[in-house]
Amino acid sequence: MPDKKEDIRIGVFLCHCGSNIAGYLNMEELEEFSKKLPHVTFVQRNLYSCSEGGINEIKKGIKEQNLNRVVVASCTPRTHEPLFRSSCGEAGLNPYLFEMVNIRDQCSWVHMQEKEDGTTKAKDLIRMGVAKAALLEPQEPIMSEVQIRALVIGGGIAGMTATLAFANRGYEVVLVEKEEALGGMLNHLSKLGPTMTDASALAEEKVRAVTGHSKITVFTKAKVTLVQGFIGKYKVDIETESGNKNIDIGVIVVATGGRAFVPEGLYGYDGKRVITQLELEVLLKNGLASAIKNVVMIQCVGSRNEERPYCSRICCQTAVKNAMLIREQNPDAKVSILYRDMQMYGVENEEMFRDSKVKRVRYINYDPANPPEVEPDNVRVYHALLGRDMDLAADLVVLSTPIVAQDDANVVSQLLRVPIDENGFFMEGHVKLKPLDFATSGIFLCGSARFPANIREAVAQGLGAASRASIPLAKGSVVVEPIISVLANEDACRGCGLCVALCPYGALEIQNTEKGRKVHVIDVACKGCGVCAATCYQHALSINSFTDKQIEAQVEAFLN
Amino acid sequence: MLDVGRHPNIELLAYSEVENVEGEAGDFKVTVRRKTRYVEEDKCTGCGACAEKCPTVVPDAFNEGLGDRRAIYSYFAQGIPSTHTIDPDHCRQLNGKKCGICAKTCQAEAINFDKEDRIVELNVGAIIVAAGYDVFDPGRIPEYRYNEIPNVVTAIEFERLLSASGPTGGHMDRPSDRAVVAEIEALEKKVRKSQKALDKLEEKFNEPSAAFYKKFQAGQYQDDEDRQKWADKYAAHLAVIEPLEELKKKAAGFTVAKRLAFIQCVGSRDFRFYPFCSGYCCMHSIKEAMIAHEHEPETTSSIFGMDIRAVGKGFEEYKIRGGNNSNITYVRGRVAEITEGPNNNPIVTYEDTRERKVKSQEFDMVVLATACAPIKGIAALAKTVGVELDKYNFIKTSSLSPVDTTTPGIFVCGCAESPMDVPESVAQASSAAERAAEIAFQPELEKEKAVA
Repeated sequence: MPDKKEDIRIGVFLCHCGSNIAGYLNMEELEEFSKKLPHVTFVQRNLYSCSEGGINEIKKGIKEQNLNRVVVASCTPRTHEPLFRSSCGEAGLNPYLFEMVNIRDQCSWVHMQEKEDGTTKAKDLIRMGVAKAALLEPQEPIMSEVQIRALVIGGGIAGMTATLAFANRGYEVVLVEKEEALGGMLNHLSKLGPTMTDASALAEEKVRAVTGHSKITVFTKAKVTLVQGFIGKYKVDIETESGNKNIDIGVIVVATGGRAFVPEGLYGYDGKRVITQLELEVLLKNGLASAIKNVVMIQCVGSRNEERPYCSRICCQTAVKNAMLIREQNPDAKVSILYRDMQMYGVENEEMFRDSKVKRVRYINYDPANPPEVEPDNVRVYHALLGRDMDLAADLVVLSTPIVAQDDANVVSQLLRVPIDENGFFMEGHVKLKPLDFATSGIFLCGSARFPANIREAVAQGLGAASRASIPLAKGSVVVEPIISVLANEDACRGCGLCVALCPYGALEIQNTEKGRKVHVIDVACKGCGVCAATCYQHALSINSFTDKQIEAQVEAFLN
Repeated sequence: MLDVGRHPNIELLAYSEVENVEGEAGDFKVTVRRKTRYVEEDKCTGCGACAEKCPTVVPDAFNEGLGDRRAIYSYFAQGIPSTHTIDPDHCRQLNGKKCGICAKTCQAEAINFDKEDRIVELNVGAIIVAAGYDVFDPGRIPEYRYNEIPNVVTAIEFERLLSASGPTGGHMDRPSDRAVVAEIEALEKKVRKSQKALDKLEEKFNEPSAAFYKKFQAGQYQDDEDRQKWADKYAAHLAVIEPLEELKKKAAGFTVAKRLAFIQCVGSRDFRFYPFCSGYCCMHSIKEAMIAHEHEPETTSSIFGMDIRAVGKGFEEYKIRGGNNSNITYVRGRVAEITEGPNNNPIVTYEDTRERKVKSQEFDMVVLATACAPIKGIAALAKTVGVELDKYNFIKTSSLSPVDTTTPGIFVCGCAESPMDVPESVAQASSAAERAAEIAFQPELEKEKAVA
């Protein structure tokens, strides 16, 4: 609460926005109205409050009229609140003693035909803004230092790429891999499409670069067992062969990859005559037996069905590439691919698809309602264009199974307090705009841990995740807006943890204090969304600049 | 956009072109032409008063020519920077005619007709090319008759029709119907004008035009020159009224488009044009069909494609949801031809590959999922910047270095590299930023350089 003795002096600046507001609302009336509101000591209309002239008027008002709260009624806080806040700051007023009222986007623009009603609504909005402004309290931005060290979990191609990117920028990196060797899925593959690069050679090259870099510490046969803290200040426990390590970390990249689904019970899978694409990779790596003359591949085995509705993105390109490799190793082998949709998106994939047709790989579309049948010597499939069943001789049947989430994805998810989606893949902060960030600050993701990715995509995402994660490292500190959750009433908190479970950003934790279990807000992690304060049935939590008192005052002002 | 516009570390040079690049990774000299807007950027507040008053109407490129804008304009309402620009090809003042209304209207005094292009020299460590792509011109495909059938539109045009801030306010008004409505408006304007003239004459002669005209036609007043003119005017008036009434009758039956066809791979996966797959079009067709259905629940959509490539995270699920909840039918087959049937309804002829039949189906509107074409001018830009292109004119990279061009220190992201959707573009932008940062911000490397 503001000091009761403090004389609240509110200045209201009404912006015409050229004619965007003044053309549709009665500004004289709004001016007269604003003058009569409680604590308002100064009212001014400006053609453009955001122009240099308008800003100077606000600063002048603060200084000459001794204003200690400023309300600007104008366009939208989305674009202009930072400008007005910083202008208040420049005039010596705490920037958080500023309140913006939206009388353009939410008033004049939507009530262009209703000047009188629009003006009445603007009055309501201004009255509410002023009521809240009277209760505003000064806030200070929150700053926290960042440990200049990154942790990458997972040493496949995405993780190694991210690790090298950090190191190339001069940052220390810790890379944790659960297997004995780095390389991930690359270690199991023969050649990579569409360039037919040797997977082992690429893995070796990357592993050499990673292990030889002075900024990189690698732990293989290791796992992360505990992560405490928040962006910039994580304490991470790693279980390694040489004992447990506790390392201070600034940012974390999740690059734990995925694994190939094993199609037990599907299409007569036996690992010998009926195998997966991953098993075929091994055969191709060692050289395919020359006796193999007839190969049939079946796409979407275990994916795009009720249990696993997603398309695993990369299996079609894998099949096409492997079909070409079979034709290369056994030139007289016949290869047929039975598919639902050939997912050869983009430039390179479609080109490889065309090439494979030239190289006489055969494609037959099948309907999932009438799937192919694997028989002892052949595969039977209904050929829609011929309108009849076809029997394809098959001494090798290859099932294209999806990449599925790692078995321990949920363990990592719990350790880091980041979400996984319904398919078990890690869930990014925003599907379109933040594909490599988690909603939680300081933790990033890349590669098949996010969703099945080919080599090009895994590399790009590894670089990208490192880029995103490098921002706090480069700045050396995190500064956040102080409009965050605070435990306003510690006594009221019962430590029930409901808010902790609901916080989308991992910004709350329960601590044992002298007064018992109490929630603690990790201020740099909080984004001020308000979920916790709205949920807390004890009203123990409150959001700065959106306190219950302030909002009640607004509601009362509206009902007045 | 807002974040870019507001970030203290970003200097935004919009409406500018790179003219020359010299130097090498870590030390490039870039010459940029800052094209004049004829508007002082630091004074313009983006209020739009000038555009309201500007008398010159120009087709709006942002709305794919489906709406119009003025000769002084901001590219679109939320554009950053919000500064307005005068279109020098259409501005009356800049073309030697008397005008200058915008300058008189602008209270910020931002208009400056004498402002010239400026050349800016930049010294940078690394360069990222993110020049985007162009929409393939489907007029090049004769059998789809894009230029002949008004209700065959491109996906991006349809996008504008779907937009609440677009030219139809989000209603699925068909282009052929919009043309009739526009014609009605033009004729009504004409009628109002001639009615005004007739009103004056009626007042002068104190007689309604219709009554007078009857007499005139019966042979009266044949020697009266003034009345002769009146008769001509009235005849002309009637000549407009009749077709106007006809058109109005026609327009009364207009409804929004409810039967939609989406045709995939228009210009992509086509040896005549672009053999590659454009990657994102299957999803935007599904999305547009779903939004159209949200706007008008009676909408049904057929999506015609060889493969429906819903390969991103959550895409296949989205596709299935579209089929279950938004009346979308996925038809496996390539459309052979589009013709025009009654009521300007396009008719789509295709082979249904599941039923082995050639079929024809009538729709209210057809939406073409056009290919992602390399952007016009990419060859010149590549030459200026000094990078190689692939055989399709995308900027060349390799799968192990997906954002590195053929020149060190110059990187690429987004559809300038190859067709990709939003999440992939966003991810790739971060990748390019990473590679650029490795070169541009390397205290240790610089130290090494200094030592060497």
